[in-house]
Amino acid sequence: MATPNTPLWEVFIRSRNGLAHKHVGSLHASDATMALQAARDIYTRRGEGLSIWVVPSTAITASDPAEKGMMFEPAESKIYRHPTFYEVPEEVGHM
Amino acid sequence: MYTQALNTAETEDRGLEDAARAAQFQARIDAEERIEPNDWMPAAYRKTLTRQISQHAHSEIVGMLPEGNWITRAPTLRRKAALLAKVQDECGHGLYLYAAAETLGTSREELVDAMLAGKAKYSSIFNYPTLTWADIGTIGWLVDGAAIMNQIPLCRCSYGPYARAMIRVCKEESFHQRQGYEIMLTLCRGSDEQKAMAQDALNRWWWPVLMMFGPPDATSQHSDTSTKWKIKRFSNDELRQKFVDATVPQAQYLGLTIPDPGMTQDADGHWRYSEIDWTEFKQVLAGNGPCNRDRLAARRRAHDEGAWVREAAASYAAKRARRQTAQAAE
Repeated sequence: MATPNTPLWEVFIRSRNGLAHKHVGSLHASDATMALQAARDIYTRRGEGLSIWVVPSTAITASDPAEKGMMFEPAESKIYRHPTFYEVPEEVGHM
Repeated sequence: MYTQALNTAETEDRGLEDAARAAQFQARIDAEERIEPNDWMPAAYRKTLTRQISQHAHSEIVGMLPEGNWITRAPTLRRKAALLAKVQDECGHGLYLYAAAETLGTSREELVDAMLAGKAKYSSIFNYPTLTWADIGTIGWLVDGAAIMNQIPLCRCSYGPYARAMIRVCKEESFHQRQGYEIMLTLCRGSDEQKAMAQDALNRWWWPVLMMFGPPDATSQHSDTSTKWKIKRFSNDELRQKFVDATVPQAQYLGLTIPDPGMTQDADGHWRYSEIDWTEFKQVLAGNGPCNRDRLAARRRAHDEGAWVREAAASYAAKRARRQTAQAAE
């Protein structure tokens, strides 16, 4: 008999105080409590984190990689959003 | 994103468009771009990677067995704690790899079932028995050493999730090799019997470890396309040579003799090993190694004996979900 599928979760870990949670991988667990415990055992065996988030993979909506050109085009043409676009005389010093 | 949920089965277009997409895909690979789960990829690329990553995952899981065999008999508490941590790491590595394989669209359950059914392979090295404590030292030193040689270039593999899993694995693997070498060093500095035990383990593991790098370049069936797709960065023989060159001085330091009387060092400093017995390799791959049946039986037993846990967890989760829905309705 084929083994039934167990839900998939995405794991996010905050490494040190002040840093954001970062995606580290995924795991299978039947509920949120077991997902948290499994995340601790799989992804923090060497003190990698101070906080864990687990999110059902099905809850994530992702942008379509095939449309990334169109999706991110608005930012590409706007170099005036970067500080280096503006000229400040050297005499003024660091700004 | 490591989600198979996002990989909704897109029917792959055939014909002219395929050729254009394949060319575009190859251009991305040539430009050292990483391929991500939801990007278009040729069906053969998906198939090759699913096979390779899942076999790699199975190897990590089956690899827990020969070492697990010695956890209760480790000579000291320090050695026992280290071995237990190492075996836990192997389990973790298997899970990272299953997660990476799943992003290609096959569920972990299907992959595991294929292994239990004997349809998927795992590294032939784990079909050899661990007869003495020195085997645990030798596995850490040589088997993990060879695995590191293989895995470091995979950190730059073209498939993003596989490369990221390998980075994690390689970070953890170096502890494995060092603990193995330390066991060997302790044995080699011990009594004559202990040193003889270390030599005996090296004698038995040396050739199977060299076989871990796979068939010689001239006969390897997967190498050409894997190289073109940058899944593979070095050939089997190149990695094997690197491993031998790194290992010979380590054996000399231990005062052990590599069981290859024909081995010579050439003018460039490379250690040239004798012909490998590939019939043994084929026999073990075909299921006729010393422990093949034992390993599969142990995995099947563990899977069957864990069935009630999976069922209980699933029905508990279902009960809680029902209760929540009922409460929300009140």
